[in-house]
This record gives sequence, C-alpha cells and structure tokens, in this order.
Amino acid sequence: MSETLSTAGWRAWLLSERPQSALQARLGQAWLSWNAFQRNRLAMLGLALILLLVLVAAFAPWISPYEPNVQNLRLRLQPPGAAHWLGTDELGRDILSRIIHGARITLYIVTLVVVIAAPIGLLVGTVAGYFGGWVDAVLMRLTDIFLAFPRLILALAFVAALGPGIDNAVIAIAITAWPAYARVARAETLTLRRSDFIAAVRIQGAGAFRIIGRHIMPLCLPSVIVRVTLDMAGIILTAAGLGFLGLGAQPPAPEWGAMISTGRAYLLDQWWVATIPGLAICLVSLGFNLLGDGLRDLLDPKRRGG
Amino acid sequence: MTERSLAAPPRLLGTRLTRRIRSLGGLLASLALTFLGLLCITFLIGRIIPIDPALAIVGDRAPAHVYERVREELGLNLPLWQQFFIYVGQVLRGDFGTSVLTGRPVLEDIARVFPATLELATLGILIGVIFGVPMGVVAAVHRDRWPDQLVRVIGLVGYSVPIFWLGLVGLLVFYAKLGWVGGSGRLDFFHEGIAPSVTGMILIDAAIAGEWDVFRNALHHIVLPAALLGYFSLAYISRMTRSLMLEQLNQEYITTARVKGVSEARVIWVHALRNILVPLITVVALSYASLLEGSVLTETVFAWPGLGRYLTNALLAADMAAVLGATIVVGLVFVGVNLLSDLLYRLVDPRAR
Repeated sequence: MSETLSTAGWRAWLLSERPQSALQARLGQAWLSWNAFQRNRLAMLGLALILLLVLVAAFAPWISPYEPNVQNLRLRLQPPGAAHWLGTDELGRDILSRIIHGARITLYIVTLVVVIAAPIGLLVGTVAGYFGGWVDAVLMRLTDIFLAFPRLILALAFVAALGPGIDNAVIAIAITAWPAYARVARAETLTLRRSDFIAAVRIQGAGAFRIIGRHIMPLCLPSVIVRVTLDMAGIILTAAGLGFLGLGAQPPAPEWGAMISTGRAYLLDQWWVATIPGLAICLVSLGFNLLGDGLRDLLDPKRRGG
Repeated sequence: MTERSLAAPPRLLGTRLTRRIRSLGGLLASLALTFLGLLCITFLIGRIIPIDPALAIVGDRAPAHVYERVREELGLNLPLWQQFFIYVGQVLRGDFGTSVLTGRPVLEDIARVFPATLELATLGILIGVIFGVPMGVVAAVHRDRWPDQLVRVIGLVGYSVPIFWLGLVGLLVFYAKLGWVGGSGRLDFFHEGIAPSVTGMILIDAAIAGEWDVFRNALHHIVLPAALLGYFSLAYISRMTRSLMLEQLNQEYITTARVKGVSEARVIWVHALRNILVPLITVVALSYASLLEGSVLTETVFAWPGLGRYLTNALLAADMAAVLGATIVVGLVFVGVNLLSDLLYRLVDPRAR
C-alpha cells in the first residue's frame, strides 16, 4: 500500500508544473520522454536487443559454455545439437561461445568509433556553424569530400594503407563516420546561432569557444546522439564487411564478419557456420536501428518515421 | 541546396541567362574542388603506406646508388607538394599508373571491368525504384497502420542485414537448394565468349547478337545479385518516398483536388506523386551512385568481375596503384552523378531555374 503511495508521490513530484530545482525539471522531462518512448514497441524491442548485447559482452566468460578459441578437431563441423547449441566450426570451436565473445569485439569497435568520431564531428560542425563565412566554407567542403566516398571504400583504402587489424579498422571507420555528425551539428548550430540567449551570453562577454563549448554543444547533443545511434548499424556493417574481406579483426579473434568469411567455404553442407554469425549481426544492427528510429521520433514528433 | 542559394545571389542587373551560367559555374567550381580534395586524400593514402615503392622495385639487396636512382626516377626525392602536383597532372591525363597484378594500365583495367558493375547496378536500381516507390506511397497513405509498419520493418531490415551475408544465404537457398538461379559469375562456362562484346554488358551484347540462350543464362546469373542490390536501394527509396509523400498529402492542393471530386487514386498517384518527382530524382540518383560504387561486397560474394571486385583483389595484393585508381573512379562517379541529378533538378523544377 505504502509502495503505491510512494510511487504516486514520485510521479507527482516528477510531473510537477513548478519544479523546485533544475534537477527536478530535468528528471521530469526525462520521465515524460521515457513514457513516450515506452509506448513505441519497436523502439523498446531495439533497446532490449542493445541491452542484451551489452550484458552478453560484459558477462561473456561466465555465460559462454566453452572457450571461444579452443580447438577440437574431432568435433569439427558438428550441426547444432544438445552439446553445441549452435554447432561447431571447421576447427571444432563452439559457435555459440564464439558469438558470445564476438559481442565484445562488436561493442569495442562501435564504442571506440563513436568516442573518436562523435567529438570530432560535433566540434567541426559547431565551429563551422557558429563562425560561418570562410571557416564554414572550408570545413564543409572538407566534410563533402569525405562524404563523396562510399563508406566502405574509403575505409578499405585506409585499411590498405594502415594495414589490416581491428584498431586500424576502427580508425578507418572513424575517419568515415565524423562528416555525417558534423553536418547534423552544423545544421543545429545554424538555428541556435541567432537565438536571443546566445546574444545575451555574448553581450555578457563570453568568448566564442566558451559559447560553443558551454552553450551550443550541449544543445546539439540530442540530434547528434540520434544520428550516432542510427549510424551504429552502419558502423557494425562496415566493420563486419572489413572482417569479411579479411581486413578487420584477425584470426583467431571471433569477429562475426570474419566468422562468416570462414564459414563461406562450408556453406553448402554446413550452413550454420556462415549463417549464424550473420544473424547475430542482423539482430544487433536491427536493435540499433529500431532504437535510433524511436529516439528520433521522440526528439522530433513532426518527423515521425520520416 | 544551400550550394545553389549561395551560388546564385539575387542580382537585378544580371539577365536570366548570365545568372544561370553563373550558378552553373559555381556548381562546377565546387565539384572541381571536391574532386581535388578526393585526389588529396588518395595521394595521402598512397604516401602513408608503409611499403616503400622504390624498395619494392629494386629489392632490399640493391646497392644504395641504385636505390637512390629509382627514388629519383619515381620523384620520391621531391618535396611533398611538388609530388602532389605531379600526381594531379598524371591523373588529369588519365595516367593512374600500372597495376602490379594485371601488368596493364589501371585505367584500361577499370574500363574493362566497369560495364559489369554498370549492368548490375542499373538492374538493381530498376528493381529498387519499381518496388520502392509504390511501397513508400502505400506506407504514406496508410500512415501508422499495418502497411506502413510492414514497409518500415522491411526497410529497417534492409538497413540492418550485412549484404554479403544475405548474398551467401541467397546462394544457399535459391542456387544450391532450389536451383532457381545461376551461381556466381556472369555466365556459365559454356556460354562464355559466344556473344561478341560490344558494350561489355552481357545482357545487351547477347540481345544484339540474337544469342537468346546466352541472354537467358546471363539473366539467370544477374537476377540474384541485382535483386539484393535492389532490396538495399528499396529500403532507402521507400523510406524517402514515404516522408516526401507525407509532406505532400498535407498540402492544400490535395484537399482542393479531393473537394473537386477527383478520385482518391488519382489524387495520390497523379497529383501528389508528380510533386515529389523532383526530390525523388535526387534520392534515386544517390542510391544509383552508391550501387555503382558500393557493391564491393556483393561483387566479392558473387565473384562478379566488376569494379568492386577489382578493388578488393587489388587491395588484398597490396596493388596500390590499382586501389587508388579505382578509388578515384568511384569518387568521380559520385561527383558525376551528383552533377547530373543537379542538372536534371534544374531542368524539371521551374523554381530552381
């Protein structure tokens, strides 16, 4: 009884028309957004898939039934069954365990790319949008040049130059990822630049970089985050493509794209070796796409699903 | 679109013609700048590779003076900016260097493999447009009801599936199990070399020569990879069509048409659709460009001898001249298609004139 009372109390506090503190206002906003988000069933499915990925990656050593890289040639190419739920690969390694450990690699790549590319994109976009003029012209021309290459091909060219490997793949993908974020941040900055509160801060004597860093960047963040979430699937697919071509994570790392590539040789008779890692990639990128779609609807109800 | 508004400031003195030439000039200048940037990137990539091109030629047991002479011949002793100018000059003359893998000039190689990519991408975009546009329209009309959700999910799956994986699954199901389509490559072995190569596109060549067996075989081979590419462009085209249509369906002229008693089908498929054609051209052009350049993985899976496979083969053999040459061509295709869609846009949309 007291339980329901206190939740009702919490709700009233969160939905208060006159919040007493900035924290209360912010939490109230978050609560409302969460309520709206919750009603989107597809977006919740996406969120669940991403949470699953994170949990699987975090607890990989404890939940995987076998070691991912231990070979057992007597048990090679076993079909899915009781001992090996998803079968074994050409070296007798348990595919389920490799998928579980592969989640770590996927999460590692995605996180690192975002950590590198998002700040660069945010900085370039806000600086270009705020200063305008030739700064804008130069920076936007630069992003156009990067956008003129299809993502995979630019990443391929960079990996060719840097050498194959997971970290070089991350760098190459990050190089291809930032221009899109810069575009979004710039568009957002252009609408903010002329607003009254920015003028007020400027009159108070704030320098350009203080205005950009403290006042513009935080307001650009939501759109950039949505763009990044929608981009995650692209990052995962590019990384998997590089792995498939043998240019990403190197064996014996259980990277999903590379697993498909080795399974290709056994496609006709042992279909599970190639198809199961592909399903994992599909689920995770679908999760990010559904989540990003939901976040975008939340941010801008006008553009629902557009 | 900002490009256009920047390039054509409203001037009272200029006549319409000079204004058009001026804005076209601005467009061309910005494209030229983009292309120069592309070259800058490929040049830098070519210079950061850990392979020393001079060492690769002379081998590591050559005496120092031979090594130095080769370096000079390759222009590697010049300052970087000078090397860049030489590089730009070479590219403008169509000299992309010689492929180590094939021993032929890179440009010649690319001209040989490009028709295969063109054929595949064209069929792919046709499939994408034929299915994607109606799907987008239906989704917009039935907004938030099941057809809309269905189209949305089909599109999202298209954005989420690794294309090389879907290709493998497609081969497994439709080729190995059902036998409905041909396997990898462009033709079966015994159909090769029958139809003389005119355009390099086998479907057209076979039709010209009247070799209908070859035509059927080629169709058998191309249908699966083209359907895959079609699916991926469909995901994008249907989504864009939907949001463009939603914008139109809220406009007043649609209400007017309905009030006038125009049938609902006509309102949707004639009145509204006609008004989204212009932005749709840009959407289709963009996805066509990405098919022309981006089918690296599809071509690898289907052993399709086009530009994408040429690029990956060169890459795996560290054949940098070929890699950079193909990369430049890819960038050029993108810039070119952009220019083309922009010109088309001006031609079709009276407001853009």
